[in-house]
Amino acid sequence: MSSASSRAGRGARKARLTISLGTELAVLALPVVLFALLVSGSAPEQAHATNATSAPPKLQTLRVCADPNNMPFSNERQQGFENRIASLIAHDLGVPVQYTWWPERRGFVRNTLEARSCDVVMQVPASYELTEHTAPYYRSTYVFVTRADRHLAIESFDDPALRHLRIGIHMMGDDYANSPAASALARRGLAAQIVPFMIYGDYSQPDPPARIIRAVATDSIDVAVAWGPLAGYFAKRSPVRLALTPVTPASREFAFSMAMGVRHGDSTMRAVLDTELARRRADIRRILEDYGVPLVESSQR
Amino acid sequence: MTSIRGTVLAVGAAVSVAALSACKSGNAQQRDTARAREGVQPKTQVASRPGSTPAESAAVLPAGALSTQGTGEWWMPGRDYSGSRYSTLNDINTSNVANLKVTTTFSTGVLHGHEGQPLVVGTTMYVVTPYPNLLYAIDLTKPGGVLRWVYTPPTSSRAVGIACCDIINRGAVYADGKIIYNTLDAQTVAVNASTGKEVWRVRVGDINIGETITGAPLVVKGKVIVGNSGAELGVRGYVIALDVGSGKQVWKAYSTGPDADVLIGPEFKPFYARDRGTDLGVKTWTKDQWKLGGGTVWGWISYDPETNTLFYSTANPGVWNPDLRPGDNKWSITLFARDPDNGHAKWAYQFVKHDAWDYDEIMENVLVDMPFNGQQRKLLIHPGRTGFVYTFDRTTGELLNAEKYQPTNWATRVDTKTGETTEEPSKRTHEGVVTRDICPSSTGAKDQQPSAFSLRTGLLYIPAHNVCMDYEGVEANYIAGTPYLGASVKMFPGPGGYRGELVAWDPVHAKTVCSVKEDLPLWSGVLATAGDVVFYGTMDGWFRAIDAHTCAQLWSFKTGSGIIGNPIAYRGPDGKEYIAVYSGIGGWMGAVAFPDVSIDDPYTALGVAGAVPDIKQKTGMGGMLYVFSL
Repeated sequence: MSSASSRAGRGARKARLTISLGTELAVLALPVVLFALLVSGSAPEQAHATNATSAPPKLQTLRVCADPNNMPFSNERQQGFENRIASLIAHDLGVPVQYTWWPERRGFVRNTLEARSCDVVMQVPASYELTEHTAPYYRSTYVFVTRADRHLAIESFDDPALRHLRIGIHMMGDDYANSPAASALARRGLAAQIVPFMIYGDYSQPDPPARIIRAVATDSIDVAVAWGPLAGYFAKRSPVRLALTPVTPASREFAFSMAMGVRHGDSTMRAVLDTELARRRADIRRILEDYGVPLVESSQR
Repeated sequence: MTSIRGTVLAVGAAVSVAALSACKSGNAQQRDTARAREGVQPKTQVASRPGSTPAESAAVLPAGALSTQGTGEWWMPGRDYSGSRYSTLNDINTSNVANLKVTTTFSTGVLHGHEGQPLVVGTTMYVVTPYPNLLYAIDLTKPGGVLRWVYTPPTSSRAVGIACCDIINRGAVYADGKIIYNTLDAQTVAVNASTGKEVWRVRVGDINIGETITGAPLVVKGKVIVGNSGAELGVRGYVIALDVGSGKQVWKAYSTGPDADVLIGPEFKPFYARDRGTDLGVKTWTKDQWKLGGGTVWGWISYDPETNTLFYSTANPGVWNPDLRPGDNKWSITLFARDPDNGHAKWAYQFVKHDAWDYDEIMENVLVDMPFNGQQRKLLIHPGRTGFVYTFDRTTGELLNAEKYQPTNWATRVDTKTGETTEEPSKRTHEGVVTRDICPSSTGAKDQQPSAFSLRTGLLYIPAHNVCMDYEGVEANYIAGTPYLGASVKMFPGPGGYRGELVAWDPVHAKTVCSVKEDLPLWSGVLATAGDVVFYGTMDGWFRAIDAHTCAQLWSFKTGSGIIGNPIAYRGPDGKEYIAVYSGIGGWMGAVAFPDVSIDDPYTALGVAGAVPDIKQKTGMGGMLYVFSL
């Protein structure tokens, strides 16, 4: 009865798992295959066959997986920078863009890209394991967001002023994972200063993660630590002037290079996108700047 | 009558099923005694009984079988208020179970994890499926069982995407002429048991903030008791009581926050000083984190009519990184005793303070009355995720014993004088620190799959896991457009060369009496019967019967898919005893069996792939009800 155990053990050592271990979410992690079958009717024909592609037909449609409610990245009205970049690339390729909308949460890749209802996730961290990815096309950083009229000028988690401030951070809600700000503050004994904002927020509201930026404007927190693109976009639209300062020193913990994600093994799509990214480098940079994305040079990956 | 070995609190009847001090021998004479008793109307009635409304259609639900649950019926998730999962039927017993055959099968049409159990009320069986949460009524009077009706609740498909994936359901309860259950998108529905028409439907939780409901309700004194799920999405846990007639909220008790929210008042008397104080649901957290506190209630609920007390336990604390939430983080991972009339807490015991392992203690609390060190006591047995089985005096909350039943190294012992657990400091996880070989893993020494208690042997039959974990470095992760680093955890089989074990536990002496070791972790529930047979299933689809005294295997049948449901026993309209169970792999670990789930995907089944990398070769998806008889 136990003959398989040692084999299982080796298997386990091979598979490195980022876990969000969990409790009922554990169960929540069940893929929504059934959901796809029953509700959307978009049952993947090919199950999990990989590397099945040879001599693929010419691209007919740029099929993009995206969140319908998450500016500045994407929304159903296609107002995000991911939408803009997708349109740019599709235009070059002479094909239409088709979206599969899904909230960008646990199960996103599995239920969209892996379910083959779309072929590109417009951005993922360049060291993300769930997808294969293109060369990185931008790099940004977590930033401190404060009201400009407060003149707090916080640049580092070592700033003593933090000891007396209400610090808003996003909570990822995964076991074993959280915002890098959470650990930076915990390490410095500043956990008591944290005001938590679930990154998921209330999905019935527009752009749920943006609530943290509005909280700075309304003074319900003194400072927010947020991912640059989110902070940059909403700071630009804030009725109150907000100041953004990158978290320093920039480290692997706070700065991330972002690439486009494709299915593992889909080298054709990856090559198409890499060519486009190289060709449209300047245009893409302009789009990102339009959206207020704080860009940092990629000295390291 | 011989001395009472154990008593469970039956529905509508205090069934003092006696059984037998010298039970271990399990001889034929005792069996005959039990048989004679079975079917005899109990003399004592408990103060309250569910479902006192007569049947609307006597044809479906014969009058007389309605006000109290008959011995051959199964009205609520754990069969009785005690959650014993013990059936007094004994036609199928150790001498003939080897002849058990499939009588009928029924496809639910849903290829996904089938946790939970069917109900049998009168001559009808009720089956709730995983999402989209259909309710089937099957006429047992017709050969093979004929579908009487299907109820399809309006559920939000978008919600499933938001909730991210959970589609399991742990079953329904029968009361007041209604079948009542919860839907994944956090509604509770009540359906006329005869006609299949919806009587009421209420939205209990908000899917937009990540609330889902996967647990089964219990009906106590005209109130439907429901708990929520979704701790990982920052949901604040609670239990809510709804009026059985209308679905209107009667009370709501949160697991975190001020005493007013937790329904803690002057009558709150925890046994241990560690659990006493004012507003501990706020003070044991940093700032506002109690609002994201977790402590959801997605497991099993039990009830003691004699003392009028509800029992349930809560999930792990909310946000990750224990270093971020200094304090005990009450009332996460806590056993609550409450008054069902107003929800007020009577006592509480926090199993794990300041959780660092995701030891989510929503496990069943089995209520039994039995001799304990020479004294008849009212016990509550809680087989824990932590690797310990805890036995309490349920009237006071005093811990009588707590011993390990699976390889466990995060703690050495639990002190019954103080209620405190002695932890092994090197096994406590901290962000950025590598911690190896923690046993059990986050999946626990068991998960939600419920145990059964035999009144004849006085033993609790626990479906257990033996899986450990390493807590390692960090990897890039990504949610809602936002990259971040997450720790990585790796699970692997625990020591001893097995991953699952059916443990027959003696709660008085706090030790294992006998056991069956299984290759795969056990994710099915257990059934014990007066025929001295214990039934359970395996993740690769074997449905087994063992001897309740010796754990010797008596019978085994390979179903079409892995079993993660809970077996039941009932008496059919033809007078025969039947055993029913779902076959349909899924659940946390079982999801690894799905063809579209890669074991290389770090999110897959939340990391348990390392514990069961071989399961894809051993079973595939399914969704069947199997019914067996002699």
